[in-house]
Amino acid sequence: MINARVTVTLKNGVLDPQGKAIEGALGALGFEGIGQIRQGKVFDLQIETADKAKAEAEVKAMCEKLLANTVIENYTISLA
Amino acid sequence: MKSAVVQLPGLNRDRDMIAALTKISGKAPVTIWQTETDIPDVDLIVIPGGFSYGDYLRCGAIAARMPVMQAIKAKAEAGVKVLGVCNGFQILVEAGLLPGALMRNASLKFVCKEIKLEVVNANTDFSRAYEQGQIIRCPVAHHDGNYFADADTLKTIEGNGQVVFRYAGGTNPNGSVNDIAGIVNEKGNVLGMMPHPENLIEAAHGGSDGRGLFASALDVIAA
Repeated sequence: MINARVTVTLKNGVLDPQGKAIEGALGALGFEGIGQIRQGKVFDLQIETADKAKAEAEVKAMCEKLLANTVIENYTISLA
Repeated sequence: MKSAVVQLPGLNRDRDMIAALTKISGKAPVTIWQTETDIPDVDLIVIPGGFSYGDYLRCGAIAARMPVMQAIKAKAEAGVKVLGVCNGFQILVEAGLLPGALMRNASLKFVCKEIKLEVVNANTDFSRAYEQGQIIRCPVAHHDGNYFADADTLKTIEGNGQVVFRYAGGTNPNGSVNDIAGIVNEKGNVLGMMPHPENLIEAAHGGSDGRGLFASALDVIAA
């Protein structure tokens, strides 16, 4: 069993109104010196194989086909 | 002209769409359920609005990957007209039948109101009952209608006349780039739009500005 974590974030240049709202809310709570905040998604997957390369290839295909919308989002994969 | 309306779990504007198509074409559309892959022989397939599959992951993302969408894609490639309204538009971009993406409204709020649309291209199968540049009224009701496309894609769709409807008179309700409200594919047989023309087709709705779209798509313009 291989555990994989996929992180999906908005591409640079794509406006993230939710990130902006969170930025404002943190400022209102008194947190200072916050740069930009970008909101994203995290997926934890369990892949039933011992073959790391195979798992990575499979997760990459999942990202391309469903987990990320590559028009507006980037993704990174980390395996444990 | 024969039409069909796609029904998926979570879509809730299908009955409005069926009523509009029936009233304007004089013939009830057939319905297509999510498990169907054998699409009936029709001239127009409509994907109505709603919240297919709970809008989980991203609006329209799950619906776009159901087998029924593969079948609709094949029909679109064969030249059948496909219209996606609201969630239907989101499904069409997620399925890759239309370029770009629909993101959370810039205001972060669900908007439900009437806006104005400019008919930017009256030379399509979905808009020819209107005059070029005509301003029409249309209701919107969505949370994720903020149209986005990268600079190259925008240049292409603007250059090709693929932008059919633009929010007019400062009524852009969602932050869409270039005020884009509705686009067609390059071939011109697939249209997606966030506003709901099916909700403004008769006096009881308070107007009939949306009628022209169906009259165009169903080829019943003589009126």
